[in-house]
Amino acid sequence: MLGSFDAVLLARIQFAFTVSFHFLFPAFTIGLASYLAVLNGLWLWTREHKYLDLFRYWVKIFALAFAMGVVSGIVMSYQFGTNWSVFSDKAGPVIGGPMAYEVLSAFFLEAGFLGIMLFGRDKVGEKLHMAACAAVAFGTFFSAFWILSVNSWMHTPAGFSIDASTGQFMPEDFWQIVFNPSFPYRLMHTVTAAYLTTAFIIGGVGAYHLLRHRRRNEEASPATRTMFSMAMWMAAIVAPVQIFLGDLHGINTLEHQPAKIMAMEGHYESHPDGAPLYLFGIPNEKTQTLDYAVGIPKLSSLILKHDLNAPLAGLDTVPDADQPPVFIVFWSFRIMVALGFAMLGIGMWSLLARWRGRLYEAPWLHRAALAMGPSGLIAVLAGWVTTEVGRQPFTVYGLLRTVDSAAPLAAPAVGASLVAFIVIYFSVFGAGTYYIMRLMAREPKMQEARLKDSIDGPTRTAGIASAPHEDAPGADTTKKED
Amino acid sequence: MPIAEGFSLDLTTIWAFLIAFAVLVYVILDGFDLGLGMLFAVERRKGDRDVIMNSVAPVWDGNETWLVLGGGGLLAAFPLAYALILPALYAPIIAMLLALIFRGVAFEFRWRSERRRWAWDAAFIGGSAVASLSQGIALGALLQGIEVDKAARAYSGGWWDWATPFSLTVGIGVMVGYMLLGATWLVAKTSGELQERMRVRAWPLGIVTLVFIAAVSLWTPFLQDGYYARWFAGWHILLAIGVGGAVAIIAALMFRSLMVHRHEYRPFVLALALFTLCFVGLGVSMFPYIVPTEVTIYEAAAPARSQIFLLVGASVLLPTILAYTAYAYWVFRGKIDPEKGYH
Repeated sequence: MLGSFDAVLLARIQFAFTVSFHFLFPAFTIGLASYLAVLNGLWLWTREHKYLDLFRYWVKIFALAFAMGVVSGIVMSYQFGTNWSVFSDKAGPVIGGPMAYEVLSAFFLEAGFLGIMLFGRDKVGEKLHMAACAAVAFGTFFSAFWILSVNSWMHTPAGFSIDASTGQFMPEDFWQIVFNPSFPYRLMHTVTAAYLTTAFIIGGVGAYHLLRHRRRNEEASPATRTMFSMAMWMAAIVAPVQIFLGDLHGINTLEHQPAKIMAMEGHYESHPDGAPLYLFGIPNEKTQTLDYAVGIPKLSSLILKHDLNAPLAGLDTVPDADQPPVFIVFWSFRIMVALGFAMLGIGMWSLLARWRGRLYEAPWLHRAALAMGPSGLIAVLAGWVTTEVGRQPFTVYGLLRTVDSAAPLAAPAVGASLVAFIVIYFSVFGAGTYYIMRLMAREPKMQEARLKDSIDGPTRTAGIASAPHEDAPGADTTKKED
Repeated sequence: MPIAEGFSLDLTTIWAFLIAFAVLVYVILDGFDLGLGMLFAVERRKGDRDVIMNSVAPVWDGNETWLVLGGGGLLAAFPLAYALILPALYAPIIAMLLALIFRGVAFEFRWRSERRRWAWDAAFIGGSAVASLSQGIALGALLQGIEVDKAARAYSGGWWDWATPFSLTVGIGVMVGYMLLGATWLVAKTSGELQERMRVRAWPLGIVTLVFIAAVSLWTPFLQDGYYARWFAGWHILLAIGVGGAVAIIAALMFRSLMVHRHEYRPFVLALALFTLCFVGLGVSMFPYIVPTEVTIYEAAAPARSQIFLLVGASVLLPTILAYTAYAYWVFRGKIDPEKGYH
């Protein structure tokens, strides 16, 4: 039995590792695809060259991030079968449909029009090129729609019956399956998170270049200013919306997955007349207490039930075997919320600077925005950890346990593949991240080069050309390889 | 075991055809671009490599999506088969996924660094080779049969069952076949010296592909009794002769088209026809089993409601996808001009 447990644990680590890595790319590209479509639209509408410059600048980064998202996503689509085959057999009749719809309505749309978006501006005309940009942006959204529907169903299953002979979940009502109780909240919260993630990355890059120009006493290009300004608008408008959506999502979770909320809030004990909001504490699973707790009385009840004295049940009402790991959930939730409020702070700060006419001459704001550049990615990961670990020990909440979902694999097989994934992900995606950072480190130019123009080797026709040389300037390596 | 026995065009059969179709489209689309990756190994000049990669860069992502559809469709329509086959083929599938990572990122990364281009070129070659080999091994392992505990609805074999001389033979055969597709694709998409070299390379690749087709075809019937009966019992021998004859005719046409008539697009189309024919032969061997010869498509099928839910969308979306995929190929049609670029 110990052996099979080990295999399950390894499979869980493998899934958590591969899905966390994977989701970093869509979290960035969902927002970036929309941003590119908007930039392209603004260019067609205003004919101000800075928009085309920005499009050409960010599309190179998009191409890299998108490729990494695609290849790490293919892994996810097969991992259900390789590592979680029992889950696939049982839940396949319900979730297989929505998952296949993701491929049909999203992946193909993205993949089919990506080539035209990247390389087709002169081949298909501006209108069709714009349509291709929009198709890619919609594709990323549809993809989020379907995959979050499936994920939400696993949290709040609905619209099914269970076949007694095979143990399979049988669909009864696909409307209820797709639009299950937590889906609308999860979709909004996640898509908004993706937009914020992108806004802070773009804002961080903009801030970096504004700071660099300031140090050199140069004027920043219009493209750089616009990039920073648009990102800060996004932060100012979307961060408060996101906090509001997060609150709604939390209330929905309390209704359907109370144990997860108890873990998030650190409520081991029940609070019959108003629960405190714990700001700090060390969850102790042995004693079932929150050690060193620092809390604000009654605030948790106010947030979750909008009533200071509302009673809140604690984990003492949940059997030990059904409790999620509190420590991880408690702290990942706090990281996410703290970053969310920090984003709100940056957004408000930028409004203030804008109002005083100093948006581009506010070095401390720029430093803060630069530091917050990766905050969206971290918050998104922390949020996923909160919701996924908070769902344990179930894969289908309340119905199918994680230990009963795994494939009948031997631990060495899972362990070996896990090591391979870790080594390859860090090296390959590490290299990709390095290339993205190199592109970001160079400012958007006036008359930004197209994909094909800026490399002096043979013309890049179809792939993405135009990275500048990443290596030592002046090194002519094109001949060496002949 | 006559082919027509128990055959009716019901929902489950439709889904079996749709998934087979997705896999076939994957094999012929990603097949040729995986083949290009392996041809990198012998085409060492940087300019030629740029041209080869650019011939497929705008469309490779769409090509690979058919693999996801094959997997996703299998989960939706035949969840039991998905749950049996993937653990049984654990090692080759994981190897394929990792190889596809290297190959996919190489499309972007090799333009990002002059100094390390050799590394991403190697990733492109190695990724394409390992992905092709793994796919062939997976096919061979499925054909030779996997152990299933039907009561437990689980794979019950060992973790190295897939590694047999037969599956390795199929694996190498798929590599060579993909390279044939890649070479004929480049005959269509390039000009000058590179095109000429591809014509020359297509010859031995075509012959070796035929040898592997013959070897696998003759070997398969002896793996399981069902296969033998299907191809050689009674009148079925005519079917075997017919399919074999068709392969021979298409191959002959392909070689003539390549070297005698010196067509540009036709060799590629004929190579695709060759692959399609092999795929049909495979279907004849397996139908109605999805895990030969343990689980039929009917035993593995999802409930009708699941199959209908997806079929409604697929009947609209699949033709749409085929249309805009064709459009994307049309937009990027014509020769790759190494001097000028084509966008």
